[in-house]
Amino acid sequence: MPANESKELPLRTDDDIVRMRQAVRSIAIETGLSLVDQTKLVTAASELGRNTRIYGGGGSVKIEKVDNGIRRGVRLTFEDHGTGIPNVELALKDGYTTGGGLGLGLGGSKRLCNEFEIDSRPGEGTRVMIARWKP
Amino acid sequence: MKASATTEAQESLRLSDILARHETELLSQWIDEQMSASTLRRDLMKESELREQSEQFLSLLRQATRSENLKDTTRPEWEGVREFLIDLSGSRAAQGFTPSETATFIFSLRAPLTELLQRADAPPASVRAATVLLDKLGLFTFEGYQKSREAVISRQQQEMLELSTPVVRLFEGIVALPLIGTLDSARTQVVMENLLERIVETGAEIAIIDITGVPTVDTLVAQHLLKAVAAARLMGADCIISGIRPQIAQTIIHLGVDLQNVTTKANLADALRLALQKLGLTVGRKSEK
Amino acid sequence: MERIPILKMGDFLLVTIQVDMHDQMALALQDDLTERIVRTGARGVLIDISSLEIVDSFIGRMLGVIAGMSRVLDAETVVVGMQPSVAITLVELGLALTGVRTALNVEKGMKLLRAATGLADETNHAGERE
Repeated sequence: MPANESKELPLRTDDDIVRMRQAVRSIAIETGLSLVDQTKLVTAASELGRNTRIYGGGGSVKIEKVDNGIRRGVRLTFEDHGTGIPNVELALKDGYTTGGGLGLGLGGSKRLCNEFEIDSRPGEGTRVMIARWKP
Repeated sequence: MKASATTEAQESLRLSDILARHETELLSQWIDEQMSASTLRRDLMKESELREQSEQFLSLLRQATRSENLKDTTRPEWEGVREFLIDLSGSRAAQGFTPSETATFIFSLRAPLTELLQRADAPPASVRAATVLLDKLGLFTFEGYQKSREAVISRQQQEMLELSTPVVRLFEGIVALPLIGTLDSARTQVVMENLLERIVETGAEIAIIDITGVPTVDTLVAQHLLKAVAAARLMGADCIISGIRPQIAQTIIHLGVDLQNVTTKANLADALRLALQKLGLTVGRKSEK
Repeated sequence: MERIPILKMGDFLLVTIQVDMHDQMALALQDDLTERIVRTGARGVLIDISSLEIVDSFIGRMLGVIAGMSRVLDAETVVVGMQPSVAITLVELGLALTGVRTALNVEKGMKLLRAATGLADETNHAGERE
């Protein structure tokens, strides 16, 4: 995939999440992220992809390879049109869950990335953007 | 817009034409200019080499100006010139030239080229366009010089990181990481990754991180240390931190870093004794047996 | 659905996870293991994750649940072979896997299981945690 191009994948089934993880891994390798950085990014993607599927009722992820002369890295944008998160601040806290998980998904993914942006509107859906840059 | 594009094309072609017709003359004047410049480094470069480089540059410049584009040197037609200048400034940086000495290569072409254009009755606009072009290319050599220096520095940093993080085997199943010098966040991360890799390679069940040679530890570094200990545990190895100096112990307490779940020992010898004990090994004098 | 195979070696069960697991597979493994422990009366479970490229909170939770469950059924669980990059990521994610025994490789994991279950023919407490 050439620089600054992107692709979009659906996140509706368990298999979609596995495919997304593999796609993110291969782009992270292309970008030249270190093994640890690749692993952090793929793990964060797995957490957020699962959130999109379960809490967002399915959605999609946009995978972008970024190389703008200043920074090189991978940017992922997860989007769903589910019920949204009523209290984002609370949802980012470790251990907070409404789905019976460990409650590490959002807060944990934030720690695994260099950039993290979340925009959620109750009743409309959720958009999470993360990025991992090459040092 | 169209008019200016046409004039630019005309000027570009005029320049190319003049360069082609007076190449030998320009070359000899330029070389004279370079040889008489105060920035000349006879100690670093022979005249023959200088002549060769100058010739090559003029021919690349002539080809590029034929593209009818003088303003945008980022376009593909200028690639040959750009690559040549990057190589030139890179090799001069490596040879020990200063940035000014390196840039003189381009800037010394200005006077002979302007004279030549004026003698050929080129309009002032043409002369100005040529001057602007040379300024751009001159700045480009600065950038190339800077970039190659940065590459050298970053390579040296990498080499230093590798040099300064030896993981040594103390015994079957025990590795040690003697840390020396100031730890910043980036170095600690590299060191810890290296330690974990070596644990896998050697199959060591116990790793001793000795920080006797570390003058200070801040919160971030302390956290990286603790994360490494936690990661090693997940992989199936135990860590012992040894050599915590009194000041560092105080800092750690003041910073509120929790060392409860980490085994610490005053010095490397005590840590090794504990490690041997954990592995069910004893060391004693022969006569006592 | 593809299932992760469970091998029986004496008193122990051996699981090697070699595929990128999706969530349903992880849940199925949890069920299959419980059933096999009960049916075989196994005293130990060894899970080799050296081929896993990531462990996210879902798989992490599965490992914790398996360890807890087997303890209830009087069996010990050891997770072996976690890659450094995976371990670093798990720590950053905030998952300490407390209550899960770990070892560097299958061989060391087996030793640990033998020691922990008292089925040891050699006494070696290497890597054992309290």
